[in-house]
Amino acid sequence: MTGIFGISIQGLLGQLLVGLLNGSFYAILSLGLAIIFGLLNIINFAHGAQYMMGAFLAWIGMRYLGVGYWWALLLSPLLVGAFGMLLERSMLKRLYKLDHLYGLLLTFGLALIIEGLFRYRFGISGESYPVTELLAGGKNLGFMFLPKYRVWVVVASLTVCFATWFVVERTKLGSYLRAGTENPQLLQAFGINVPLMITLTYGYGVALAAFAGVLAAPIFNVNPVMGSNLIIAVFAVVVVGGMGSIMGSIVTGLGLGLIEGIVKSGMIANLLSSLFDSIPVARSLVYPIKLLFSPEASAVTIFVIMAIVLLVRPAGLFGRER
Amino acid sequence: MPPVKMNTVAWGLLVVFGIAAPFLVYPVFAMKILCLALFACAFNLLLGYTGLLSFGHAAFLGTAGYVTGHTVKLLGFQPEFGILAGTATAAALGYLIGSLAIRRSGIYFAMITLALAQMVYFMCLQMHFTGGEDGLQGVPRGKLFGMIDLMHPLYMYYFVFAIFLAGFWVIYRAIHSPFGQVLKAIRENEPRAISLGYDVEKYKLTAFVLSAALSGLAGATKTLVFQLASLTDVHWHISGEVVLMTLLGGMGTVFGPVVGAIVVVSLQNYGANIGEWVIVITGTIFVICVLAFRRGIVGEIAVLFKR
Amino acid sequence: MKRKLLSALICAALMLQVGATAGAATKVSDGVVKIGVLTDMSGTYSDLSGPGSLIAVQMAIADFIAKEKPDFKIEVISADHQNKGDIAAIKAREWIDTEKVDVIVDLVTTSTALAVMKVAKEKNRITLVSGAASTPITNEQCTDINVHWTYDTYALAAGTGKAVVKQGGKTWFFLTADYAFGKSLEKNTADVVLEDGGKVLGHVLHPFPAQDFSSFLLQAQASGAQVIGLANAGNDTINAIKQAAEFGITPKQSLAGLLMFITDVHSLGLKATQGMYLTTGFYWDRNDETRAWSKRFFEKKGRQPTMVQAGDYSAVTHYLEAIKAVGTDDTQAVMAKMKATPINDFFAKNGTIRVDGRMVHDMYLAQVKSPAESKAPWDYYHIRQVIPADQAFMPLSKSTCPLVKK
Repeated sequence: MTGIFGISIQGLLGQLLVGLLNGSFYAILSLGLAIIFGLLNIINFAHGAQYMMGAFLAWIGMRYLGVGYWWALLLSPLLVGAFGMLLERSMLKRLYKLDHLYGLLLTFGLALIIEGLFRYRFGISGESYPVTELLAGGKNLGFMFLPKYRVWVVVASLTVCFATWFVVERTKLGSYLRAGTENPQLLQAFGINVPLMITLTYGYGVALAAFAGVLAAPIFNVNPVMGSNLIIAVFAVVVVGGMGSIMGSIVTGLGLGLIEGIVKSGMIANLLSSLFDSIPVARSLVYPIKLLFSPEASAVTIFVIMAIVLLVRPAGLFGRER
Repeated sequence: MPPVKMNTVAWGLLVVFGIAAPFLVYPVFAMKILCLALFACAFNLLLGYTGLLSFGHAAFLGTAGYVTGHTVKLLGFQPEFGILAGTATAAALGYLIGSLAIRRSGIYFAMITLALAQMVYFMCLQMHFTGGEDGLQGVPRGKLFGMIDLMHPLYMYYFVFAIFLAGFWVIYRAIHSPFGQVLKAIRENEPRAISLGYDVEKYKLTAFVLSAALSGLAGATKTLVFQLASLTDVHWHISGEVVLMTLLGGMGTVFGPVVGAIVVVSLQNYGANIGEWVIVITGTIFVICVLAFRRGIVGEIAVLFKR
Repeated sequence: MKRKLLSALICAALMLQVGATAGAATKVSDGVVKIGVLTDMSGTYSDLSGPGSLIAVQMAIADFIAKEKPDFKIEVISADHQNKGDIAAIKAREWIDTEKVDVIVDLVTTSTALAVMKVAKEKNRITLVSGAASTPITNEQCTDINVHWTYDTYALAAGTGKAVVKQGGKTWFFLTADYAFGKSLEKNTADVVLEDGGKVLGHVLHPFPAQDFSSFLLQAQASGAQVIGLANAGNDTINAIKQAAEFGITPKQSLAGLLMFITDVHSLGLKATQGMYLTTGFYWDRNDETRAWSKRFFEKKGRQPTMVQAGDYSAVTHYLEAIKAVGTDDTQAVMAKMKATPINDFFAKNGTIRVDGRMVHDMYLAQVKSPAESKAPWDYYHIRQVIPADQAFMPLSKSTCPLVKK
């Protein structure tokens, strides 16, 4: 069976499924970033490091304190979130009156400090974190074997994402948050403790990162650079989705995962080949484009998309320009 | 002390230390500082004076490096032409990226430059002529003007110093010209600049291309100094480093980035034995600068002198 | 600075000509033999080399001083090249220009080895590569003052590749790190597979380094190959193995870890790696000699040594002994002596350095034990086969090194 452009249907389905798994990761990570930016106007470069902290805390808990996975899912985000709130209170607070730029630089510096300390203490090789009993194993779908744990990751991420979206967009608390970004003074005048709200919001965004970290621990090696590898791509997702838009980051995250899956399957490269390879001139012109969509280029896919979206629709797919 | 006199003092110090440097420290180390200082100054033209934060300047530094390396090693260009080739390529790339990025502003501008720089990184990784992970090694320094053997450390050093002075002078003149004044106006209040009738887009693009070209000059020279061109110079880490140098040295000052480059490169060099702590210290410097030290070293000195 | 070094070398050469008899003092440049350990101190490969390599070299120096009581001073200096060729080259140049380093060792990661070899050749210094793997080091890029000590991709392919094919793994699919080392390893192994009557069904290149191998493993699974060859190392190999288990790819298809170190097995655990074949130049538990040495290493490091670290010790010892024998640290004289002397220590028996710089010695085909078979931590391998030196490495007849006279 030749399938679509040389990729079998089974192969494609497999890649799409894996893409969905990755996409849910992107979604939950970019959700945290989007919340922090949307509501605080801060670009949290430390997000990757906080994700890594979440994973490490889970590992430390398992290794030294006998804390199991399920407890880690709860405790790690709480602890890292609290740490985030501390950062906000002590440092970020002072930058609100200034250009966004400074918030970004501060969190960039914080990310370096956190990563450097973890690298010093734990080395870079990474530690193993086993999948918890309940979620081990998987189901044979015929075209691929689907690990239970990965399904859990999708379910957990999407649940948290939609719960967050619901709270922000559909509840009273959410409306306070949204009001706070539009006009904090007015909201303060209504008696809402806006600074506290901001602190808690940052804490929540950080906790989301840590939650993603715990989810990631059994899949990737827990190592100090796991965050910095991801952070740039996640930023791109947030930008494409629309910097403050919750739904935007969720949808874009999932979408990116799926698109990456298609690119990795090699379908787009094959498509371009079949269209242009017969015409010599076109072939050499298309070569760099083909390079950008080859399976090896899946890491760059998001940037290509980001460049295109920003030029066409600058506020992002779902965003509102500020 | 009036600013003009202070500038003269600064220029004087720069020239004196520049001439004495190869006798005080390892010449290659001094050349590295010069190249990165030029890079930081070029970057500052955009950040400190036009108010545009680019996260993709590595693209210009690194691409110029590869082009120079390739022309000198494989096409047999003389060093001065190799450097010219690299600089020209960076300028062209700057025009391309600039025209796309200038349409947006603020964080979106930064993100576009980052995205485009990542694509450049990826191309450099994949294309054969860059040597991928290994990079271009064994780049010969050649003979300047066909006569002066640049393998001799002192000759090479003064060549690099001359290039640095030339590039720095261009930036200095640009900043203190009417063109520079318009850039500052754009940084302070873009809508007003527009209302005054200035074609803001054209000014921004010109500043961008100039910044890119001079970054390319720095990258091209660096390739000849170290005799290799590698992926490190197109990686986003170095885009972050140049922000640090500029911030630390003093964002809106002319000499700030030079000081910033000296500090950062020295830190990396002498801190090589302490491994990960360099990362922590770099991060700490970032944090301190942002919270309490936003004017940077030179900025603070300038304020001190004004009293 | 440079002039002083030059005159010192000239003096040394002159004195050599006058006749370095057994009673003459050893003339070393600047009075000190300075060894530079340039390795990955904190990155992907720091466990298999890094600080452990430095320890091994320090042991070599201490043991040499205790045994031979040389009349020259020996110093060691180290640095982290972060697996980047440019950082390594710059450091090497600086060391030679300002620190009077006479020899540079370890050099894990091919790009650093190649970059430093170039600089060293330009400045006439010996390099002893223990960490890097790719065959160009002794082929297109060979130099006459470099020795590739411990292993290379050809040896890995000849060992693991052959063994797996012989076990019945006839169809292969490669999961390859998308850079020179990965591609080299894949090519060497593919050649062996085809030579032995196997088939290569395809390959997929993954970015280096990569975190998530799921989509690449799916392609490997879809190919239906019996063996999935992992042409990568370090964390990439570890993650690929973990995720292959997660996706139910093993045990139906078997994984061939084309480059694996005991530190990887330790990290993954025996459950995940049992039954896997790997080729190594050294195993700590092979015989009494290796056990004795490794015990001393373990006391300092808390981990058993990898072949890279053991190789560093062996290389430095051989180098120092050559200096003592010829009475000078002049590069050409020492290298000639090193190539003329066989290596017989706990690391290698009847090892010799060929004209292309390749140190040929026996390699070992190991198979990872099951958890039940392992009696103690680090008791991980069965040594299934000794691959004799002349079969383990690429024969000179196939070499593309310009120094090899055909």
